[in-house]
Amino acid sequence: MSLILTESTRPEAVESTEHVPGAAPRRRRFRPRLTVKLVVGVTIVAVIGLFAIFGPMVVQDPSAISDVGLQPPGDGHLLGTTQTGQDVFAQLAYASRGSLTIGVVVGVLTLLLSSLFGIVGAYAGGVTDELFNLFTNIALVIPGLPLVIIISSYVPNKSVWLIAVVLAITGWAGSARVIRGFTLSVRGRDYVLASKVAGERTWRVILVEILPNLLPLLASQFVFATVFAILGEAGLSFLGLGATNSFTWGTMLYYAQNGLALRLGAWWWFVPPGLMLAVFGAALSLINFSIDEAINPKLRSQTRSQRKSWRLSEAQLEDVKEDSL
Amino acid sequence: MTTIELRGVSKEYKVRDGWRGGTTLRAVNDVSLTLEPGRTVALVGQSGSGKSTIAKMLLQLEQPTSGQILLDGKPLSRRRRDRSAYRHQVQMVFQDPFASLNPYHTIEHHLERPVRLHHPELSSDAVRERVLDLLRRVRLDPAEQFAVRRPHELSGGQRQRAAIARALAPEPGILVADEPVSMLDVSIRLGVLNLLGTLQREENLGVLYITHDLATARHFSDEILVMYKGDIVERGPADRVILEPQHEYTRLLAAAAPNPERRLAELSA
Repeated sequence: MSLILTESTRPEAVESTEHVPGAAPRRRRFRPRLTVKLVVGVTIVAVIGLFAIFGPMVVQDPSAISDVGLQPPGDGHLLGTTQTGQDVFAQLAYASRGSLTIGVVVGVLTLLLSSLFGIVGAYAGGVTDELFNLFTNIALVIPGLPLVIIISSYVPNKSVWLIAVVLAITGWAGSARVIRGFTLSVRGRDYVLASKVAGERTWRVILVEILPNLLPLLASQFVFATVFAILGEAGLSFLGLGATNSFTWGTMLYYAQNGLALRLGAWWWFVPPGLMLAVFGAALSLINFSIDEAINPKLRSQTRSQRKSWRLSEAQLEDVKEDSL
Repeated sequence: MTTIELRGVSKEYKVRDGWRGGTTLRAVNDVSLTLEPGRTVALVGQSGSGKSTIAKMLLQLEQPTSGQILLDGKPLSRRRRDRSAYRHQVQMVFQDPFASLNPYHTIEHHLERPVRLHHPELSSDAVRERVLDLLRRVRLDPAEQFAVRRPHELSGGQRQRAAIARALAPEPGILVADEPVSMLDVSIRLGVLNLLGTLQREENLGVLYITHDLATARHFSDEILVMYKGDIVERGPADRVILEPQHEYTRLLAAAAPNPERRLAELSA
């Protein structure tokens, strides 16, 4: 055989089994690697987040009407004006704040609901698990859109919180199932049994022994729920079913659509909120991907390229063929 | 001093079989055994013979279907106070040191919790002193440096010693060791077993040593029980069980162990 191991295929130097402890012990918590994906994602989310927090403090009144309607960007209005002369940039700042608030609120609510039903049910087992699971399955198939339409026909003034709660109620079940599955695998592990044998209370076993091991999963479920909520709210608002008197990216698109922005060629009215939605969703997804890679190293692109390099090259394949003939 | 007695204990599991209901699997059948201070009882048997089920019942992770577990002659109650007192007396070393320590927590956390739970009156300094002392007793020295490490920073043998330290933290009278060395490298098995033996003598512990290795069972224990499909088929002093096996399964086990003298005799014949 004329095969030579290349540098990348050589196994790492194996540490001796009974090594003496080093000088400074390293503290290692869950920390995703600083990949390009993560840096780009976090940067975009941070910029949009800062804009949402501080933007509304510096811009003018987003609802103020003036007689300069449908003015293109520039000349006092950074992103032009709407049909009724409202400043699009000011609206965008308030809309970012509204959309992000909904996203975070729904993310937190979803996280609480899904970990309650996912972890507690799976840990308790037996009848509790069956009931929790049944409830999760029912919640999983509750259709969000019709529910909101029904609620909006009963409640004349819908607050942002109501919309957030509705989105959370219709969105938690999927991640509860994911969390339940993982908890089922953790609860039978020896270290959980060992802490029971040590005499730990049930709530402590769940919070201190099981929950930390679910953190990466919970983080990615939170990010996913936030994306889902922002997009869901945008969809509802675009259909006119959103919260009354609120500014979100969805309501901006709704008013742009109503004001015939597309037909009038007022791109500065509908492109900014649409772009914000797309970019923010993409950034959160990038963060989610890097969390996934931290949980499952097989997904890392560098692992993938390394695996590729394990394959034989054309020349090596030829050599092997000749050897075997 | 603590004595634990299993009296006619059985455990049945329901095995689900789709829509047709289930059958029951009798994992442990009418087992009686006594664990006393200073004595080691070995429980030998093949995989699935019910050894670990007995361990789980001893630790109250499972309830026996029938029969009684007596602590110092009194039957166990299921009240929380009594259960915590029981946990004070009976502790366990798990089989797999890679699974029995929580990857998220430091070694100190693993030892500190049982110390705190069983001695709520101790101050933080006293708890830490006790943790370091436990680490030194299982030969994890320098203890200060091992205390702050996480399980993945230790080797298998070091982990198992940390797990033994955790089991000793509540100062139990009875220790259940469920195949404590089967996942370890052959070269460090003897070290861990000798450590267990030394600690047993120091503390006058009653030990239930679960294994499927007859050689270490004989080396390490006073009495051997052989389990086969949920039944105890043979019991007696360690040497007698090994040297004069009565039951067919014990003979099979003894014959399966490598015996150089017999092999050499076969080769020369």
